[in-house]
Order: sequence, then structure tokens, then C-alpha cells
Amino acid sequence: MLKVQNINVYYGRIHALKDLSIDIDQGKIVTIVGANGAGKSTLMWTLAGVLKAKSGTMTFMGKPYPPNAHEAAAKGIVLVPERRRLYANLTVKENLMMGAFLRKDHEGIKKDLYYVYSLFPILKERTNQYAGTLSGGEQQMTAIARGLMSRPKILLLDEPSLGLSPIYTAEVFKTIQEINAQGTTILLAEQNAKKALEIAHSAYVLETGRMVLSGTGKELLSDPRVQEAYLGVRHKTI
Amino acid sequence: MDYILGVIAVICIETIATVGLAVFTGFTGLFSLGHAAFMAIGAYTAAILTYFYNAPFILALIAGMIMSGLISIILGFPTLRAKLRGDYFAIATLGFGEAIRVILENMSITQGARGLPGIKHYTTLPVAIFFAVLVLWLTKNFIWSKYGRNAIAVREDAVAAEMAGIDLFKVRMLSLIYSAMCAGLAGGLFAHYLNFIQPVMFTSILSTRLTSAVVAGGMGSITGPVIAVALFIAVPELLRVANMWRLVAYGLILVLIMIYRPSGIMGYHELSFEAIKNLLRWISRGKTAGRKEM
Ligand SMILES: Nc1ncnc2c1ncn2[C@@H]1O[C@H](COP(=O)(O)OP(=O)(O)O)[C@@H](O)[C@H]1O
Ligand SMILES: [Mg+2]
Repeated sequence: MLKVQNINVYYGRIHALKDLSIDIDQGKIVTIVGANGAGKSTLMWTLAGVLKAKSGTMTFMGKPYPPNAHEAAAKGIVLVPERRRLYANLTVKENLMMGAFLRKDHEGIKKDLYYVYSLFPILKERTNQYAGTLSGGEQQMTAIARGLMSRPKILLLDEPSLGLSPIYTAEVFKTIQEINAQGTTILLAEQNAKKALEIAHSAYVLETGRMVLSGTGKELLSDPRVQEAYLGVRHKTI
Repeated sequence: MDYILGVIAVICIETIATVGLAVFTGFTGLFSLGHAAFMAIGAYTAAILTYFYNAPFILALIAGMIMSGLISIILGFPTLRAKLRGDYFAIATLGFGEAIRVILENMSITQGARGLPGIKHYTTLPVAIFFAVLVLWLTKNFIWSKYGRNAIAVREDAVAAEMAGIDLFKVRMLSLIYSAMCAGLAGGLFAHYLNFIQPVMFTSILSTRLTSAVVAGGMGSITGPVIAVALFIAVPELLRVANMWRLVAYGLILVLIMIYRPSGIMGYHELSFEAIKNLLRWISRGKTAGRKEM
């Protein structure tokens, strides 16, 4: 569905993504794990059309990749960015409606609003509250819900568990699986590797801008290198 | 009395330019230091038409607006397309404003730096009030439309707005054209109020005052900038006798606003009848409460 081959992305002179390739199949949850600064967010921004790759090829649904962020959004590539970036001065509902900005199907929007409120009942209670006054977990839910209001074909989630308590984190991951079960493809970037690998169909490990490992979620969970670097498991050395 | 009415007319005219600029600055987050140039373009276009060609006033005003709008595209296309950062954009507009002024000083039809005297006095007080109210009403509707909501989203977080599918360039370009047309209208009215225009009337000082009024009034409000314009013009006028204190007063208003109302006089709010009613109720409640205590 989404294919990236050998892309290179720079911030000025900083080479942030190096010959990176990734292949995302429709209907799957694909996880990218990597430490802070590995390039996860850079990859997400590039896929969302905000950053441009200097070289390499990208296709979406077998067609050339949309050239900028608003056209990517129109094609169904929707990013829920790191640290949420909600409109603090708009209410929860207004934030959600911003997600539906491109849509004209009022009935469908109403239905989706129902759907996201059923996924996150707390948002229904907070519907007229300013997004800036929500707790971290509620903000993350609002951000995911806003993403869903765009009816994404693929939802890019950048560190959705960042700054959340374990209870909220568990809830967010459960919801991600529910969203995926409804047919939305998911690309998930996480430092919180264990949970993210557990729900992944396939996964990649990103280190300083390079993909160093890939496999199914299970394979990576049992890979000693991953265990040592990301899961805090110590292996005996000879 | 004539003098006070004159001040009111100037307030109305500057309100038109400021409200237009409020749409651009307040609703895209970009600062312009060149909008005096759009006033100049509107002023000269309209004045040349009525002065040399005896064109009807209303047509001259419209022509001035259109001319300003078209020239704003020349400014906006390269700067907005390149997504210049806010500070670079401000510098670009500053350069643009100065360039327009130099061009006006060197054209023959504008009579260069000497200016155009003897423009007919078409802008009476009722005319100024009429256009100010019209522009306020249009702008209010514009802001409360779906388009206006997008513009707010663009100011708050341009990247997030883009990811929601908003075409940043289009929204910014349309706001710039709208603000330029408002400034052009204000310029046309101004020329036919003063009966005399000269390129030096439209320097970056005027641009800065327009932008200051927007910031001081509140970045998300249209009634805020109107109050700011009134303050900026009326207070220094009151101090006209002590001429050298006028600029000090102007600076002082800005500083006071920054200290006590950092989000502008009105912040994100609008002055509405509802708000005035609440305020009155609050005051009268305070009074009765006070009486009980005695
Ligand atoms: N705006 C930026 N300007 C310059 N360098 C950046 C910028 N954003 C990120 N980087 C650099 O790019 C690399 C990848 O960062 P990022 O994609 O944010 O990593 P992650 O999301 O995995 O923590 C880091 O070395 C970071 O310092
Ligand atoms: Mg990151």
C-alpha cells in the first residue's frame, strides 16, 4: 500500500534518514521502534508530506506519492504527530471537526463523530472543553480521534504513549488495535517497544537514520539484539 | 466640532485598513510591515481616476481596491509560496512597501514626490462611517465562515492545518488579497478625505501603526483592533497641543497594552452587545452589593 525505497532526508547538513526503505501492507499494524533521535519523527513527517526526501522513491496505493501535506491528507495519509499539536484554543469538538475539514458528507461526519466518541467516551464528556485544558491522555485521545475524523486509509501515529501513565498507554494501544480491526492501516512509531511490538504485524528497528532490523512483531520481540537494546532484557555474555 | 468629526472620519478610514490587516495578520500569524503601500496604491489609483479622468467616486474606489488586490498577488506569490518564516516575511513586506513608495515618487502620472493636490472631497463623515461598518460586517461574516475557521487553524498551527488538508498557500494568499483590498479602499477614501496625497504619507511608519493596532487589539479579534485604532489616533490627537508628546503617548499605549493585556485589548474575544450587557450587570451588581454593606 505504502512503499518507500532508499529515501534520504536531510535537515540542512544533518543526514536524518539514510537509504531507508519500508513496505506497509494494507490492513496491517506496522511498528517502528527506535531510541530518541533515531529518526522516527522525521520518517513520519516525510510520509505526511511535510518533509521532502532528497532522493529515493515513494509510492502510495501504487501511484506517485502526493507532493505536499494537504494533498497527502486528501489521499488518506493522516499523521497524529508527536506531542499531539492540538488547537489549544479550540474545543475538543472543534478540534475533531478540523480533522473532517476536507469532507463534505455530513451524515458520514456525524457517524464518525459517534464512532470516535464510542472509542473514547471521555471525549464526549469533554466535548466543549478547550483542548489546552485536557490531561495528557485526553489530549492524545483527542489527537487520535481528530486523525480518525479524516477517514484515513493509513494512520501514522508518532509516539502515542509519550508522557502517558501505564493505564492510559494500555488503553491507547487497545484502541489502536480496535481501529485497525475496522480496516485502517497503521504505522506506529514508539520508544515503548514492548507494547508496540506485541500489537504489530510487522516491525522495523531504526537506529541513527538507518533501518537495522525488520521482521514480524514476534520475531523482533524474541530477537536478542532488540531485547537488549529496547526491552531491558540482559543476555549473559561469555 | 469639525475637528472632532474629522478625527472620527480618520479613525473610520484607518479602521478599514486595520480590520483587513487583522484578517491577514491575526488569522495567519504573519506580520506585514508594508501595508501602507496597499493604501498608497488604492489612494493613487482612485485619486488619479477622479482627478484626471473625472471617474465616479465609487468606481474609482473599486478600481483602487482591485489594483491593490492584484499587486498583492505579486508580493504574495513568491513570499507565501516559499513559506518564508515570519521574520523574513516581515522584512520582505518592508522592502516591498519602500519599493512601491519609490516607484510612486518617480512616476509622472503621480507627479512624483510633490504629490497630487486638489483631489475632490468625496469622503464625508457619513461615507467614511458607511464603508467602515460595511467592511466590519463583511469581515465578521468572513471570519465566522468555514474559511475563517481554517484561517484560525492556520495561525495556531500551520503544519497541523496543512495535515488536516488545508492548502496553506491558498488560505494565506486569499487573506493577503483581502487585506490588500481593504487597505486599497482605505487609501481611496483617505485621498478623497485629505484632498491631497504624497508618497511620504505612506511610509513604513504607517505600516507599523497598522500592524501595531492589530497586535494591540488582539490577534483573534476584529473589534479589538478597532478600539486600538481609535486609541492610537484619538489619544495623540488629544495631546496635539503638546506636539512632541504625541509619539510618546503612542508608545506608552503600546507598552501599557503589552504589560496589562499581552494578548491584546480583546484577546480572542469580540466586543458584543452580550458582553456589554454582562459588564453593565456586573457593575450594577457591584453597586447594589456595595450599598448593602453600608
Ligand atoms: N528540525 C530539525 N532540525 C535539525 N535537526 C533535526 C530536526 N528535527 C530532528 N533533527 C535531528 O534528526 C534526527 C532524528 O530526529 P527525530 O526524527 O526527531 O528522531 P525521533 O523521533 O526518533 O526521536 C536527530 O538527530 C535530530 O537531532
Ligand atoms: Mg520523535
